[in-house]
Amino acid sequence: MSRAQSSHGPSRPPIAFVVLAAIAVVFFLLPLIGLLARTPWSDLVSLLASEVVADALVLSAIASFAAVTISTVVGVPLAWVLARVDFRGRALVRGLVLLPLVLPPVVGGAALLFALGRRGVVGEPLYEATGLVLPFSIWGVVIAVTFVSMPFLVLTVEGALRNVDVRFEGAAASLGAGGWTVFRRVTLPMIGPSLAAGMVLTWARAIGEFGATVTFAGNLAGETQTLPLAVFVALETNRDTATALSLLMVAISLTVLVLLRDRWLRPQ
Amino acid sequence: MAASTLRYGRLRVVSAVAVIGFLLTSCGGSSDASDEVRVSAASSLSLAFAALGSAFEALNPGVDVVLNIGGSSLLREQILEGAPVDVYASASTDTMAPIVDGGLSDGNATVFVRGFLAIAVPAGNPAHVTGLDDFGNEELLIGLCDVVVPCGAYARQVMSRAGVEPAVDTNEPNVRSLLTKIEAGELDAGIVYMTDVRSASGGVEGIEIPDAVNVAADYPIAVIVEGPNTVGGRAFVDFVMSGVGQEILAGFGFVTP
Amino acid sequence: MTLNASITVKRGDEFTLEMSIRVEEGKTAALLGPNGAGKSTAVAALAGLLPIDQGRIVLGGRVLDDPDAGVFVPPDERGIGVVFQDYLLFGHLTVSENVAFGLRSQKKGRDAAEVKASAWLERLGLSQLSKSKARDLSGGQAQKVAVARALIIDPGLLLLDEPMAALDATTRVEVRRDLADHLSEFAGPRLLITHDPTEAFLLADEINVIEEGRITQVGSADDIRLRPRTRYVADLAGSNLLTGIASSGAVTVGTHVLQVGDTAIGGSVLATIHPRAISVHRQHPEGSPRNVWKTTIVRIEHFGDRVRVQTGDPLPLAVEVTPAAVDALRLKGDSEIWLSVKATEIGVEPG
Repeated sequence: MSRAQSSHGPSRPPIAFVVLAAIAVVFFLLPLIGLLARTPWSDLVSLLASEVVADALVLSAIASFAAVTISTVVGVPLAWVLARVDFRGRALVRGLVLLPLVLPPVVGGAALLFALGRRGVVGEPLYEATGLVLPFSIWGVVIAVTFVSMPFLVLTVEGALRNVDVRFEGAAASLGAGGWTVFRRVTLPMIGPSLAAGMVLTWARAIGEFGATVTFAGNLAGETQTLPLAVFVALETNRDTATALSLLMVAISLTVLVLLRDRWLRPQ
Repeated sequence: MAASTLRYGRLRVVSAVAVIGFLLTSCGGSSDASDEVRVSAASSLSLAFAALGSAFEALNPGVDVVLNIGGSSLLREQILEGAPVDVYASASTDTMAPIVDGGLSDGNATVFVRGFLAIAVPAGNPAHVTGLDDFGNEELLIGLCDVVVPCGAYARQVMSRAGVEPAVDTNEPNVRSLLTKIEAGELDAGIVYMTDVRSASGGVEGIEIPDAVNVAADYPIAVIVEGPNTVGGRAFVDFVMSGVGQEILAGFGFVTP
Repeated sequence: MTLNASITVKRGDEFTLEMSIRVEEGKTAALLGPNGAGKSTAVAALAGLLPIDQGRIVLGGRVLDDPDAGVFVPPDERGIGVVFQDYLLFGHLTVSENVAFGLRSQKKGRDAAEVKASAWLERLGLSQLSKSKARDLSGGQAQKVAVARALIIDPGLLLLDEPMAALDATTRVEVRRDLADHLSEFAGPRLLITHDPTEAFLLADEINVIEEGRITQVGSADDIRLRPRTRYVADLAGSNLLTGIASSGAVTVGTHVLQVGDTAIGGSVLATIHPRAISVHRQHPEGSPRNVWKTTIVRIEHFGDRVRVQTGDPLPLAVEVTPAAVDALRLKGDSEIWLSVKATEIGVEPG
């Protein structure tokens, strides 16, 4: 679709759309205004300049980027299989991928505990063999946020792969490119914008994850306490700290999302 | 053509606004306030208050007790932000203080029950925990409630009275999630309310904490003046303080103050 | 190297492609047919993008696909150069990277691949575009790049799938000439897939007509044009196509001179006359058509409600008349007749 064509689309949107869209924007804007209204601006720096906040920030950064990395490494192949391979039970696998979106995160965290905890189905043999305990460690945080956020990557990339014109892959194959080369040099660049969008969504979900993390990985400052957990704890004691932390999260997320949307995700 | 499109558009807007308005009114004020009592109660009170609510409803036909269960601090924040609640039952006097200080309660809060703490271990006590001294063992996986919630603050008082520096592996946001991890065997021991041990199904065993170091958790209750049904709220609080109410609470392991 | 293919491919319940084709070394064969005849399926089967259900594809003695023998060579190992419909250039890569793609895929070094690619682009006169993104090329440029991309891997067979369909009419004439040159430079067998009879007539040594998944006629351009065997061939491939020299409104074809409407054109041209644009008479016609000549009937063929008359010297043409006209004029083999055609009915384009 050329730029000229899109600019010649319907110039006047339906009035009902404008009104309803405005309602939606206000709906998103109001909580932000509430947050800003309660922000203790004068104490902001001192509230955020604590070791607990710094630890939570670092942990959230590590965990969210680890989640994006793991989701990409295993999620892209999964999306490819779902989009391209016709196998029995594909609908079931796709439903399984959707599960973390449907499950309340706390339940997801408990389920992870039952599976990968020290007494879990898989966790117990793992613990007996290696002494590794996943909960109450940074590994637990990474596992919890990855579990909850990976569906965004898989769904986005699968959709993109379905829209790829497979004739280009055939063209590459006819030129002697094997499966991996075709994927790397043709398919991947074609789904690039969608992959980036999926990674950003995954990151956004990971950075905000609370329920599964606190249930599976627990809450210990400097060990497993991510920013959302710090916010929750702060909310119990000092609302100013909670507000300041929330504002920090909003600022980080908006920066990343707006920058990426503009730089990476601009439609070709 | 343009005019008819416009009119069509406007009709749609009107109907959309009407639908939203209808939803708002039907959510907000459909029921008569006088037959509904809204009670915000701390997580650790959930089972006891469910029983109290049923009993109160049985004694007052036509009255509905609506429970809002959550962490004491969360419930307090809701009330401070103007949640339409008639009664607030908290797990600590500290949590209740801002409500009373802020003039949101009808008079002072009353301590209606007291709870004591206990050590909780997974069924079978796999780590062979015997007492508070084990909480200092780095080898064990120890969980407490976070210091910002009452059960966490009480647990730390117990610890300091016993002279033990706990090797904490996780600070859980509420008793419920601490119990979940103990039941699952992921934690070797934690400190919870005795009532929790008693009401937990087979997955948890309790170990008593000596009276000398144990802490009495005072549970205050108050009627919220800005609530939609303060009369109903006062009636409910009176019922909780009554002999019948105290008997029900005792059945869940609580002690009359 | 010779292509020998016998292909059966079932697509769902409705369509089965069942065809055999043979293309000799250094020859260009055309697979000519309407949309939906199975041409694209044939391309996919030959290129290895679609396994055949029955039959055998052999290229230069090497079996590429034989389900009975359990042989299937994947597309990346077939060594078949394909110029795809719409070209399918990789839009995110540069022109040079597109051309070098095949060599890079064969793990030839990056430098060697780039040197070879730039040599190809030089030959095509596209050197100045080598760093442009492929998505920015015009149709004609894209086609050249697609041809270079297919030929750089030194394929055993060159497949061209509708190489002109994406071009506008003006570009087509020019590009067709260049394509003819590239085809003649490639030593192996060439297979041109097209729905355009003119393209097939001009570029192919042998034409295979495909209709509804079956080959219905095989022959030279003259065989197809002058002796159509099916209604489709008669309809679509039936237009008379003549090459000649134009000069001030006259085109000399062999010994015959045709008056044409276009007086500006000069030099080597293609002239087309639709069979229905030609009138048949028993005597020299009255009036003033500019082109009138006497000839004999070589053959008369009936296709349902139409009759095709094949005429002889001085200008062998196909003429279409109604059965009623055949009766009225008592036309039969060896009849002497007069033909007339208006100058404006003769299409002329540079050729």
